Amino acid sequence: MAESIKDKVAIIGMGCTKFGELWDKSPEDLIIEAYKETMEDAGIEKKDIQAAWLGSHLDDISIGRGVIIFSMALKLPFIPVTRTENFCATGTEALRGACYAVASGAYDIALALGVEKLKDVGYAGLPESGNLNMEGTLGRFTTPARTAPGAYAMMATGYFAKYGLSPEDGKRTLAKISSKSHHNGTLNPKAHLRREVSVEDVMKAPIIAWPLGLYDCCGVSDGAAAAIVTRADMAKNFRPDPVYVKALQIAASSGEELLYTDYDYAHVETTYRAGIAAYREAGIKNPREELSMMETHDCFSINELTQYEDLGISPRGRAKEDVDAGFFNIDGKIPNEVDGGLKCFGHPIGASGLRMVYEIYKQLQGKAGPRQLKDPKIGLTHNMGGTPPSCVVAVGIVGL
Amino acid sequence: MVGIISYGVHIPWHRISHKTISSAMGWFNAASPPGEKAVANYDEDSITMAVSAGMDCLDNLEREKIDGLYFATTTSPYTERQGAGIIATALDIRPDIRIADFAHSTKAGTTALISACEVVKAEAAKSMMLCASDCRLGKPGSTQEHIYGDGGAALLMGDNMVIASLEGYYSLSYDFTGEWRASWEDFGHSLEDRFVQDEGHSKFIPQAISGLLQKYQLSIKDFAKVIYPGPSARLHAAIGRRLGAEPEQIQDPMLTSVGNTGVAHTLIMLVAALEEAKPGDRLLVASYGNGSDALFFQVTEEIENMKDRRGIKDSLALRKELSNYEKYVAFRNILPVEKGIRGEKYEGYFTPLARQWRERRAILALCGSRCKRCGTPQYPPQRICVKPGCGAIDEMEPYRFSDKKGRLFTYTADNLSYSPSPPAIYGMINFEGGGRYWFDFTDCDADSLKVGMPVEMIFRRKYADKEHGMNTYFWKAIPVRT
Repeated sequence: MAESIKDKVAIIGMGCTKFGELWDKSPEDLIIEAYKETMEDAGIEKKDIQAAWLGSHLDDISIGRGVIIFSMALKLPFIPVTRTENFCATGTEALRGACYAVASGAYDIALALGVEKLKDVGYAGLPESGNLNMEGTLGRFTTPARTAPGAYAMMATGYFAKYGLSPEDGKRTLAKISSKSHHNGTLNPKAHLRREVSVEDVMKAPIIAWPLGLYDCCGVSDGAAAAIVTRADMAKNFRPDPVYVKALQIAASSGEELLYTDYDYAHVETTYRAGIAAYREAGIKNPREELSMMETHDCFSINELTQYEDLGISPRGRAKEDVDAGFFNIDGKIPNEVDGGLKCFGHPIGASGLRMVYEIYKQLQGKAGPRQLKDPKIGLTHNMGGTPPSCVVAVGIVGL
Repeated sequence: MVGIISYGVHIPWHRISHKTISSAMGWFNAASPPGEKAVANYDEDSITMAVSAGMDCLDNLEREKIDGLYFATTTSPYTERQGAGIIATALDIRPDIRIADFAHSTKAGTTALISACEVVKAEAAKSMMLCASDCRLGKPGSTQEHIYGDGGAALLMGDNMVIASLEGYYSLSYDFTGEWRASWEDFGHSLEDRFVQDEGHSKFIPQAISGLLQKYQLSIKDFAKVIYPGPSARLHAAIGRRLGAEPEQIQDPMLTSVGNTGVAHTLIMLVAALEEAKPGDRLLVASYGNGSDALFFQVTEEIENMKDRRGIKDSLALRKELSNYEKYVAFRNILPVEKGIRGEKYEGYFTPLARQWRERRAILALCGSRCKRCGTPQYPPQRICVKPGCGAIDEMEPYRFSDKKGRLFTYTADNLSYSPSPPAIYGMINFEGGGRYWFDFTDCDADSLKVGMPVEMIFRRKYADKEHGMNTYFWKAIPVRT
């Protein structure tokens, strides 16, 4: 009889580099810095690590393929090392690998590290689908010249059309979301973007892919984050305040959204499905009441808006009301993107899933400094890769 | 009786006025003819225009019965890769046919037409397709820059339901180097205009026509329309007078609306004449280029069935002024523009050609699959049915999307994406009858798009990988044209 992962695995150490356009850092530098902080936080030695999971997405421009650069940079002593990749959900995928290894009983202590060195690509933004065969060789012939902003911009148009929002009202709702995250970023010394940005700034910003403007899109950043996980029943040997994994779920697109005509391009089906599975695994019946905080995948403001609904917190089509009420602000009922989110902390693709856990981990231990929330108990990470009709979403829940 | 069964045209959406050209280049070439000409968009070439004209021609006709395809052009992107092969695949025609490219002379279109009819007459084929197009480049500051327009025409020839039967033909062929272009050159050359007009146009067209009239014991008066190309209105009228034709017999050469479209020119004019023709009309046609082919048709009762075609008139009405000369020369790669590393990578990444070969029908013909169990069309073709609850494995039949219309479900105009004509516009299309996918848009402005608007598909060049000599073609969406 299959069991859930709830309370089988604990996180006893985490690290996270500063994210940003780190021209002076190589992938190896990022790996080593995240590793050093993690090991110091966990209080263990290299020989204690029994297996490692590396998450990184854009091999061609970043860290290459496989795990060799990683295992050799850290001088890992001939232990099992696995590479995971799942578009922008890569970070959570690395954590899942480490957690399932420990939950299986095969290992006691495992390392998960996510890293991305995006700024060596030589131009602004991420490569397009079609470039580098991101969607397989058929994509080179058949997919439009689509960027990430463009693919999500289509969800903004779809959402506005479905729920009757004028472009102006729709953009303003999105602007409030971005502005909120920018405020949180000013409280975080590790964030890539640390400037207040008003709703008007967002409304007036240059258009990247209509209707999304500059401040509707997250930064393209370098960075790394890591975690040490161990069996729940061993956790207190390492520290008095471990954080426990309550759920780790992933849902991948079936093809219905892109190829069959029912999908409304106004929500993300994989977020919805992974959310339901994660809540069930963690035993959460009413997320709107029970979650203390979230770190969701706000690569684009429209994505965050639909997450409020797909994660079962705001009613369908009415997330605007919660945004207007400040429900997700740092002083709201369920603060989201407390560390600035992808929007401001940045989005080094392979690291993001782990960075999300890092903020919740620090919050639960009371170590979030100027961003400290009052008495958080349980937090949700939402980490998405791909585009709204063709994607994978990982939802994780960690708590005390 | 052998002749034309159906016809189609493609006239590019962009028009550039001669004033725009002379505003840019008048300091060098003071000439400023009246009107405008049609110019290919950045994603068009002779192949795409031929396919587009072919789609128009084959509308509602059975493609399985086509026994051959000829492609006539002087501007094929390839010297070794049969244009007719790309076109036949895109039009989803059977592979067990004979195809050929008729090239290197602006009279190649009529030569191909005659040859196609001869094949049918010899009963070696029931029907033959002809696609003719040209995309010639005049050097900035040249007369040719004003004269050359871009366009395509397609004819289906056969012996059943003929709308205009080919009654006779006569050819004159010379090695006339009035205008020429070497295989290694982008731009051609020409001797002085007067030489080309006096020794070329003014002699070959009348000589070929009089040879035809003599051969069949006919006179110019026997024809409802006299159809021949020319580089200028004045010369065109002078040739008409020399032939002894009345002004109302002379088919408008569309020099102030489309321009001289090379191989396609005579055939586009023929289509225009067919649109207005009545049963019993005789049409006299002569091409020009290294000589002249003269031929004549007799229009039949079947012409009445062609009245619902899009046609020349609607194609001419669908236009967008290209008011920027720099954009025109950038589209034609005369003016290098900064693509940036993003753009260079987008075009330069080596195309997985083994995959294109394996899935040529899906890519070039936009052929997907339809589940035989639940009837759901899907693109790209799937082996496992996409419909939730069905999931049938390997119960598919081919299903063509290229001729289906659809509705625009959502879209964006992307300023970040690389496009030779920014912003890159793309969106999700829901097809009539089922199926959906996302496509680039072309021949439209972002602010003309609306969620829910009707759209159709058109064949375009997706990108050109210059380093590997490979153009990649696919289908884009455009607002419905009629």
